[in-house]
Order: sequence, then C-alpha cells, then structure tokens
Amino acid sequence: MSQPPESEILAAPADEAAASVAGIDQSAGNFSYDVKYDFDAGTGLNAKTVDYISAVKKEAPWIREFRQNALKVFESKPLPTHWATRDLENINFDKIRYYLASGQKPKRTWDEVPDDIKRTFERLGIPEQERKFLAGVEAQFDSEAAYSNIKEAVSKQGVIFLNSTEALREHPEIFRKWFGKVIPTGDNKFSALNSAVFSGGSFIYVPPGVKVSHPLQAYFRINAENFGQFERTLIIADEGSEVTYMEGCTAPKFSTSTLHSAVVELVALKGAKIQYITVQNWAANVFNLVTKRGLAHEEAEIKWIDCNIGSRLTMKYPGVVLKGRKARGEVLSIALANDGQHQDTGAKMVHAADETTSNIIAKSISIGQGRSTYRGVVHIPRHLKGCKNNTECDALLINSRSRTDTYPAITVRGDRHAVQHEASVSKVSEEQIFYMQQRGLTEGQAMSLSVNGFINDLARQFPMEYSVELKRLIDLEMEGSVG
Amino acid sequence: MATPAPSTTPAASSAVGDFTPEAFAAHLKTQAGAPAWWLERKRRAYARFAELPLPRRTDEAWRFSNIAGVRLDGFVGERAVPKVTQPMQHESPGAEFGGSLFFMANQHGGGVPVGAEAAKRGVIVCTLQEALRRHADLLQAHFMAQPQRLGSEKFAALHEAFLADGAFIYVPRGVELEEPIHVNHLGAPFPGVTFPHTLVIAEENSRVRVAEFFKSPGKPLVPAHFVIGANDLYAGHGAQLSYDGIQDWGRETLSLQLNSTVVRRDARVQSFNLHLGGRQSRHESLSQLQAPGAFSEMLAVTVAQGEQEFDQRTLQVHQAPNTKSDLLYKNALLDKARTIFSGLIIVDPDAQKTDAYQSNRNLMLSDEAEANSLPGLEIQANDVRCTHGATTARIDAEQEFYLKARGIPTALANQLLVFGFFEEVLERLPEEKQREGLRKLIQRKLQK
Repeated sequence: MSQPPESEILAAPADEAAASVAGIDQSAGNFSYDVKYDFDAGTGLNAKTVDYISAVKKEAPWIREFRQNALKVFESKPLPTHWATRDLENINFDKIRYYLASGQKPKRTWDEVPDDIKRTFERLGIPEQERKFLAGVEAQFDSEAAYSNIKEAVSKQGVIFLNSTEALREHPEIFRKWFGKVIPTGDNKFSALNSAVFSGGSFIYVPPGVKVSHPLQAYFRINAENFGQFERTLIIADEGSEVTYMEGCTAPKFSTSTLHSAVVELVALKGAKIQYITVQNWAANVFNLVTKRGLAHEEAEIKWIDCNIGSRLTMKYPGVVLKGRKARGEVLSIALANDGQHQDTGAKMVHAADETTSNIIAKSISIGQGRSTYRGVVHIPRHLKGCKNNTECDALLINSRSRTDTYPAITVRGDRHAVQHEASVSKVSEEQIFYMQQRGLTEGQAMSLSVNGFINDLARQFPMEYSVELKRLIDLEMEGSVG
Repeated sequence: MATPAPSTTPAASSAVGDFTPEAFAAHLKTQAGAPAWWLERKRRAYARFAELPLPRRTDEAWRFSNIAGVRLDGFVGERAVPKVTQPMQHESPGAEFGGSLFFMANQHGGGVPVGAEAAKRGVIVCTLQEALRRHADLLQAHFMAQPQRLGSEKFAALHEAFLADGAFIYVPRGVELEEPIHVNHLGAPFPGVTFPHTLVIAEENSRVRVAEFFKSPGKPLVPAHFVIGANDLYAGHGAQLSYDGIQDWGRETLSLQLNSTVVRRDARVQSFNLHLGGRQSRHESLSQLQAPGAFSEMLAVTVAQGEQEFDQRTLQVHQAPNTKSDLLYKNALLDKARTIFSGLIIVDPDAQKTDAYQSNRNLMLSDEAEANSLPGLEIQANDVRCTHGATTARIDAEQEFYLKARGIPTALANQLLVFGFFEEVLERLPEEKQREGLRKLIQRKLQK
C-alpha cells in the first residue's frame, strides 16, 4: 500500500493539450489531496476490521451483528464468474482499505468545511453559484460525509437527510424497518461486502404527501489509492410523496485498482414517486460493483436514470420490485465504454402485483476496444394479470474492435400480460458523418454529434445540468476515438 | 451387458448413470467390424462423457431448464429390438419422396432406395454402418465434426459413444434433387435409450430437401424414453439445403436433439423444426456461417401442452463477412406447459456486413403456462445490422372477440388464432404440400 502523496496537490494533468479541448478541463478529477486519516482500518478484511468500523461509528449492537453476519455471507459466496466477466478475479480483497474517515462530524454549514476539502470541490467544478441552487449537498469525501447541508425549505418540509451512521443512530425507528430489506445481505457477494463494511451514503425520509421541491444531491469521490468505498443509501418516500435524488462521482486516477461497491435501496410507499439519477465517471481503474433496487408499493413509481461513463468494470443492474397494484418501474440507462472499459449494466424488473408496468430503455456506445453489455431480467410470476413490460436496447459500435453484448432474460407466466423486448446493434451512419464533414465539422466533432443524437431522447430526460455534463463527457470520450 | 434396474438412489444419478464402462464395452462388441478410427473415436467420446459433469443449476446454458428431469439412469440399455421392415406410417408433409430410411430403436429397419436416376448421379442415401464400410472418408470428414457450444457436450459425447446406426445422405456436386429424402426414427416399444443420427452433406451447388421424423410407437405402448439425437447439416459452396425436423415423441420421453449446421460460401440452409412431443425436450441448434454469402434461416414452431417443457437453445455464429442469418421461433403455450428460448447471435471481429436477425414469439393460452425468453447478442464487429426481438402475450383481445361474436366456441377460436400465429413461420416453407402436412400435425395435437 503506497502512502497518500506528500505534496499538497498532484494535479498536474498528464496531457496539457488535452485540457483545453472544447473548453473543458479534462484533468478534472485527476487529482488527490493529502488528507490526514484519523481512522484507518488498515488493509484486508476480517471480523476485526468489521468490529473496528462498528466501534468507530459507535453503532448499536444490532448493526454490528448485521455487519458480522454479512461478512460471513461475503466470505461464503463465490465470485459470480459463471456468468460475469473473469476480470472480477483481479480484485485483491486483501489489499483494499475498507474504512477511512477524516474523523470529522458532518458539517452543517459551508463555513465549517475545511479549506482543503473545499478545494477538492472546486477542482470538481462545482461552482459556488450552482451550490446555492442545490437543495441539499451530501458530499461524501472518502467514507464519511464531510459536508452536509440541507436547504432550509427541505428540512422545513420534514425531510430527513442524513448519512448512514447518523440516520441509524438518530432515527432507527424510521430506517431500521427497511434497512437491508429491499436488498438482503445475501443478494449477491458484493451486497454482502457492502453490508459488512458500509459507511457514508445518504439516508432520506420524505414524510407523507411531501413533494421535495428541489433534487437532493450528493457527490462521491474516492481519494486514497487502493481504497474501496462502500456507501449505503436508503431512501424512503412515504405515501404520496415525491423526491428526486442525484448522485455523481469522479475519482482521482491511480494506477492500482480500486473497488467501489455501493448498495442503494429505495422504498416508495403507496402513491409515492422516487427518481434516482446517477452519473458515474469513476477513474478507469475502478471496479464499480453496485446493487441498486427499489420497492414500489401500490401505485408508486420508481425511476432509475443511470449513466455510466467511467470505471474499469461496472456491474450494475438497477431494479424495481413492483410489489403493489399498479406500481410502475422504469430504468433509463446510458453506458459508454472506451478502451479498457467494460460497462456491464442493465435492469431488473420483478412484477409481483397485478397491473404493474415497467419500462427499460438502454443505450450503449462502445468506442475503441471498449465493451458494453446489457443484462436484464423481467420476471412476471404466476397468477397475476395485466402486467406490462417494454424493453428496448440499442447499441452503437464506433470502431471495428469495439464489442457489445445483450443478455436479457424474460420469464412470463400466464396469459394476461404483454411483454416485448427489442434490441438492435448498429454503427454510426457514414452518410451522417459525411454530411457533417461537408459542412466543415471535423470527423471527431461529427462523431460526437452523431453519438449525442443517438442518446438524445434519453439525455433529455435528465435534469438540465446533468444532460449538459453528459454531453461534455461524451465529447471528451469521442475525442481521439476516430482515425 | 449390465442390466441396471430403474433406481432412485443418489448414487445412480452419477456422472455415467446407466452408461457404465461395462455397458460401453458391450456396445463396442456390437461394432466389432467397424474401422479402427471409428472405435477410437467412440472410446475417446466415452472418456469425455464420463469425465464431464452433468448440468448444474448454475450453468448458464441450462438456465431455467428442469435439470432434475435430465437423468442418466432409469433407462434400460440396448435390448434386442424386433426387426421391423415395414416403413413407419406417418403423415409426412408431401407423400412422394426421393428415398427414405427407417430406424427403430437405433436399428436400421429398411426404407426405400433413392431413385435410380439420382443413384446414378452419385446420390447416397444409406445407413451410417454402410457409410462406414463404403464412404469412410466422407464420414470421417463430417461425422460430428463441429463443436458443441450450447451446453450438451456431455450428451453429445454419450451419443457418439453409444451410437449404433443412423442416416447418411450425400448429394454430389451440382446434383439437384426434386423430391425430399425422408428419415424416420421410431423409439423402442419399451423404456430405453435411442440415439437418432442424421448426417447430410450437400456438396457445391447441389440442392436437397431432407425431412426427419421422430416418433414413439403408438398407443398403448408409450414407454419412458431417453433420446439423444444429433443431426449435422453441411452445405458446401452454393448448395441449397432444406431440413424439416418433426418431433412427435411420446409424452414420457426425455429428448435432447443436437443440431449443427455449416453454411459455406453463397450456400443457403433453411431448417424448420416442429416440436410436438416429449415430456421434456431440449433442442440445441448451432448455425455456423463460415464464408461470405452464406445464409441460414432457422425456423421453429412449438405446441406446448399439459406439463411439457420445451427448451430451445440456438446459436448463430457469423464467422465471415457478408453473411446473413434469420431466426424465427414461435411457441404456443397451453395448460401448464413451459418453454425456454435462449438464442445467441455471435458476430466475430472480422465478420463485417453481417445481417442477423432473431425473433422469439410466445403465445400464451393459459394462466398456468410459463415462457422464458433469453435473446442474446455478442457483437464484435461494428459494421453490422443485428436485431432481435422477443414478445410474450396472449391472443389479441379484439381478434378473440371478433370470433366469439360470430358464435365460434372458444376452443375453436383459439385454434384458429394459433394457426394464424404459426402461419407466419409456415408460409416461409417452399411447398404447399409440406405446409398442409404440418398444419395437420399441429391440428391433431391441438385437438388432443
């Protein structure tokens, strides 16, 4: 394990010329700070590590037990390489730090945030002005929330917005009921890992009938080399409430692999609506193995908007369990895989009540030697009626060495449902590129436009700042992908 | 020869089950006159079979399959079968044929020789045993020469090890046959294992149609059967090969049918499978498009009734540029039936300008039926057109209402709509006689 860098800033971008492309600082995210970690669980994982994390967090005994049990499940489960990529075997679990925290209590006001952490946000390109518009910022700096600010209006609405440690300590009566229920510990190896060592993340409760006026937002970063991040998010939207949550991440670039394994659980009670938006842009050495699932009660609606651009390997299949009558689930997914990247993403829809509907739209772009994979499950068990699913997967291949895969699994029991799945694979139209080049665009610009057109109908559904960011990220990725 | 009794002990469902080394040794004795390479292949196949594990729950190639239903024991080995010399009665699509072969429980039971004119031009329709003696080089080049990629490696090895006889069809360069060649397989009239085998070699620019029929002896003899069949189709440059497989095994049969199709430059293969019988029937179909201009059309129609399970696994491999494949599998599900369709299109890195299509349509006619659909793509070339689609739905409510409003009883209305549903597949077949025969078979099953 190498030490955190001594110098205060290691920001020198590798390629100065690239930094000015399209007026975007490409080196954003390519930096790290020397942070004094007050609590450090060391590398490797065993029962002691788990006890240590639990002790530092001053957790109730039931949480410690939950963690210890999860550790056993994690150890007993094999890697899912019978269907997943063998790249997973390159994760060295003994070399990962499972807990790091600056030891600070989450801050309530901007003034209390340490200067060096503020500088980190500046490098992330979050302008001061924009922050003012954010309803609440729960920015995770390494494991703990370093800054947390809920807009007054939101807390006045009765919304609880805390990190996982605080939430389980201060409001167990609200959060314990659903914690680990949507995604049980044993769901998969990595949800078990997260359950054992989770820290950070957001716990949100929206009271009945409350429509949270602004999107709640959080940024996650990984800062220390070989440092895994295991945030845990639980959002409960009580009857008739509405909330939008946005999550974006960038990470410093390091040479050895880093593991990120989050668990995100959503609970939409009767008639509630939750929209969860992710723009994932981890560094190209990060294993991003995330379990995300929502539980939609009667007439509730859960919508995942999931955009994956970074990481070495992402495996993420946001799901919705449609538990109540007329519940609705939706996954809109965009994946972009460049050289050395594998975006293994998709969606899971489990229909468990009558007249439930689900919609999956997935678009992927493979550039260079990138590989994108769609994996999906649509499950409609016996004795239900009136369930509907629509799935569309479109893949775009930019270069002759790019790769795309589609692996859906659809199970339908009974004759009172309608399910359809369609997928297509194509390349950028040569005619389009030619047309644009005739009008003075470079090939790269033309490709960029064409790719943005391919995802346009999905990107439009993103909040404005995210779709702008997405467009810029695609422009950056497309640079140098042609010729 | 060992005569293991049906057994339910856990030890019995071991890796070899009834197919013990003793049983294999006894089988080899029946092949005593065969060439050394044949026996050697069988020995290697048996070793492979014994070594490979049975399918496990976590095997992706067996996802959703009823693995507990796939057993290697409880079936008595080969017994003496009464010699049957009469060709089997069947409602074959098209009454005339250019030649036929008939097998009962692995044994050749006669047939009709290929027409004199065709024979003169070098067309061969004979048993594998005869081919071993007279056409060993052809057999050696094509017999089970393709890889097993769809999950049944173990069963393919078992087939090769215990295979006693089968059909061998060879059409020389430039020869075009007008009448189809029929191959009939009849199961044994007692519980047993059958290994139907058909090898079709269509040389450059030849044209041939082959229809294969799988049937159990009629009532009251409907014994439990285990069938592991293989049919290999080879279409040389510019050849046109069409194949119909009509599977109507008895309802106690466990059937694994393994198909491999090789399509060479500018060749065209149309395969159509009608799945009606069996308790649990798995059909694996591998199409390899090996040279530019190759085209493979894969069609299937399944009527799943009662508690039947039909498990279809397909793989379209585009290994060369400018190749085309088109798959359409339609299932109608009644009662408590289950179907699994798992299809994959693979486009190799150099196979630019591939045009691949895959479509699975499930028609649900019962609240208890279950359809599983796994339409997959693995694309490694960028200049391609690949699409797939899967739908699962019930009969269109408006169409149903229309028929009901005219006083047509539900059962009959359903039948009409099922025929409408299948017609999209059937109309792709070239001959009206053939379509008519298939419709009759489907209708008979629906009326059961």
